[in-house]
Amino acid sequence: MLPLADKYLRKRTLPLIFCPGCGDGTVLNVFLRAVDDLGIFKDLSLVGGIGCSGWLPTYLQSDVLHVLHGRAIPFACGLKLTDPRRKVVVFTGDGDCVGIGGNHFIHAARRNIDLTVIMINNGIYGMTGGQVAPTTPLQGRTQTSPYGNLEPPFDVCELARSAGATYVARWTAAHPVQLLKTIKEGMEHPGFSFIEVMAQCPTQAGRYIEGTSNAAELLNLLKKRSVSLEQAKETPPEEMGGKYVVGKLHHLTGKREFTQAIYDNFPQEKSR
Amino acid sequence: MTTSPRKKAAKEIIIDDQFCKGCNLCVEVCPRRVFSGSSKRSRAGYSMPQATDPGKCSVCFLCEMTCPDLAITVIEESP
Amino acid sequence: MGRGKSDFRMRNKWEERNSVETLVIHGNEACARGAIAAGCRFFAGYPITPASEVTEIMSRLLPRYRGVFLQMEDEIASICAILGAAWGGAKTCTATSGPGFTLMQEGIGWAAETDTPVVVINVMRGGPATGQPTSSSQQDVMQAKYGSHGDYEVIVLVPSSAQEAFDLTVKAFNLAEVYRNPVIVLTDEIVGHTREKVRIPDKVEIVERKKPASLPADYVPFRSAAEGLLDGMPAFNQGYGILVDGQLHDEFGGRAGHIPEISAAMVERICRKITDHADDLVDVEEWMLEDAEVAFVTFGSPARPALRAAKDARAQGIRAGFLKLRVLWPLPEKIIDRVGRQARRIIVPEMNMGKISREVERVVAGRAEVVSLPKLGGEVHTPAEILKSMINAH
Repeated sequence: MLPLADKYLRKRTLPLIFCPGCGDGTVLNVFLRAVDDLGIFKDLSLVGGIGCSGWLPTYLQSDVLHVLHGRAIPFACGLKLTDPRRKVVVFTGDGDCVGIGGNHFIHAARRNIDLTVIMINNGIYGMTGGQVAPTTPLQGRTQTSPYGNLEPPFDVCELARSAGATYVARWTAAHPVQLLKTIKEGMEHPGFSFIEVMAQCPTQAGRYIEGTSNAAELLNLLKKRSVSLEQAKETPPEEMGGKYVVGKLHHLTGKREFTQAIYDNFPQEKSR
Repeated sequence: MTTSPRKKAAKEIIIDDQFCKGCNLCVEVCPRRVFSGSSKRSRAGYSMPQATDPGKCSVCFLCEMTCPDLAITVIEESP
Repeated sequence: MGRGKSDFRMRNKWEERNSVETLVIHGNEACARGAIAAGCRFFAGYPITPASEVTEIMSRLLPRYRGVFLQMEDEIASICAILGAAWGGAKTCTATSGPGFTLMQEGIGWAAETDTPVVVINVMRGGPATGQPTSSSQQDVMQAKYGSHGDYEVIVLVPSSAQEAFDLTVKAFNLAEVYRNPVIVLTDEIVGHTREKVRIPDKVEIVERKKPASLPADYVPFRSAAEGLLDGMPAFNQGYGILVDGQLHDEFGGRAGHIPEISAAMVERICRKITDHADDLVDVEEWMLEDAEVAFVTFGSPARPALRAAKDARAQGIRAGFLKLRVLWPLPEKIIDRVGRQARRIIVPEMNMGKISREVERVVAGRAEVVSLPKLGGEVHTPAEILKSMINAH
């Protein structure tokens, strides 16, 4: 067994439940390295939402909450605020985070509460069989958009940034090295860190939207569609369709973090 | 006076047949074409790739990091 | 003892007072003070009439005890935040009314399924839907028990006065810790907004969160120990590496929804954890039931005019008796059954369409006549109304 897996995973839950070639597995792989490099395992508190990505934290031997659909972030707020020393990481999917969970997402970003939210975006509701999501590309055919998706998708990083997130980054499952650095940075950043990982979903989005369930082909598509911030600045908007801007997109230091604000502002005098 | 950097090499590349699901992402991401498909079956019955050219490995760990099932371990040759 | 910046310790001890303090406060404030007395140090809520005062008062009091107060973006965020905080190690609570209570049901079900102690205060108002925000009702009595999907159990306490709002909120926290379960404090707008004398005792009996008896390596988080209850509850980041999952799970917390026997056993365990202790949970007040021909079975605000009516009836020579339920669920069936064998007629005044009278009918099984005395519209029964109905029927 991979030594990292041996060190951090719950053996009785293996093998992983993810489909062959699923991007979730790569994110788990990279996350273990981040935890190991930072040496923060005993301070970890993990929260998973509902969906394939929500299963990710349940494989680690840390303390884990596997919660309600869309509500990972408020659960995580409760964990963080009861002990600010915790390193709270949320694993969520695109539907979980900005579909049903959208309201909690923007408010946590607004508060700039010190959470690291890793949203694995496969552009579809995969666990339930492949229905359209707020991140499905226009015209994408899914189980609930059989004639083609008519809804423009969110740019979730943009949403995070404008809601108040102070660390925003996007990578894909084809960029594990960069993702590792980003996850470590995000976890160390004292504020709301949002990391979007575009991921291949061979079984649902692959088959229905891209027309293939070949994981290697889908990974290549992710790579091809990725452009850096600099490249994006030099590309005319009409050529940006279907592309993902990857990299660290926003990093603001010095903005007050919410947990610290709460603990700094307990009234000095206790009276009845 | 400069010394040329030591060339990295893999001592062993293990694909754990308990976990491999034959997605072949390792074949795809390896910059040195170390892997290729094989007729070997994993314990669950998936057709597994194999590290057919381990000598070419530059120990970049891309395969190990990408593998969605954490099935690959690359052991570097010690200097 | 640092009170300055970066002191992350929560102060847990509610200072004991030198004497009993008497305040004139409404039930909502009494609930908030009861929560703090019981050790609540994390509250997340959302404004809703007629419960907002609980949230407002917690926002003032809780930080003085280095407790965390949050007004979240909605009721769903509120219940979820307090559940997370419970696993963070805190005693936690929220307060709401009908529409918010409805939104919280998924969270309440998750709490029951994961053996998470939390207290939810529902100050009942007229429903359904937006209903009557500023008027009282008892329409949520069934929702309190059955509000979430699936099979699970909750304990429901029903104060009928500001004093009981304090006492039963303290009790709710203690029960939540013993049973590792969500506990609902079901008050109503009248109790919530009526100012009365409340004695805040100098000592309050508190059940502290039990630490697991085993070390992490040996700890089986969801295995029944003595009396069908669980063996302590760790907080996160104490080395227990606990997996808390809303999906049906085995004793270790691992998913087991695909295994019928384990799934069935888990649901049975979380239900029987409460139902097997129904006798321990009985909390009633009785008045002159021993020789009663007519008995009131009451709970919440109508209990007060009902007691008055019972006393007036006795003065008129009617052998009236009175039973007040302080714990509504689990229903004290043995006591109701006893009343049904003694009295010829049982009257159930309630501010809904007659929900609990049907429960009483079920338990009494024809041994006594059960008369439902529903009252809608937002006002509580008057003693005269109750007495009149009794005399007419007598």
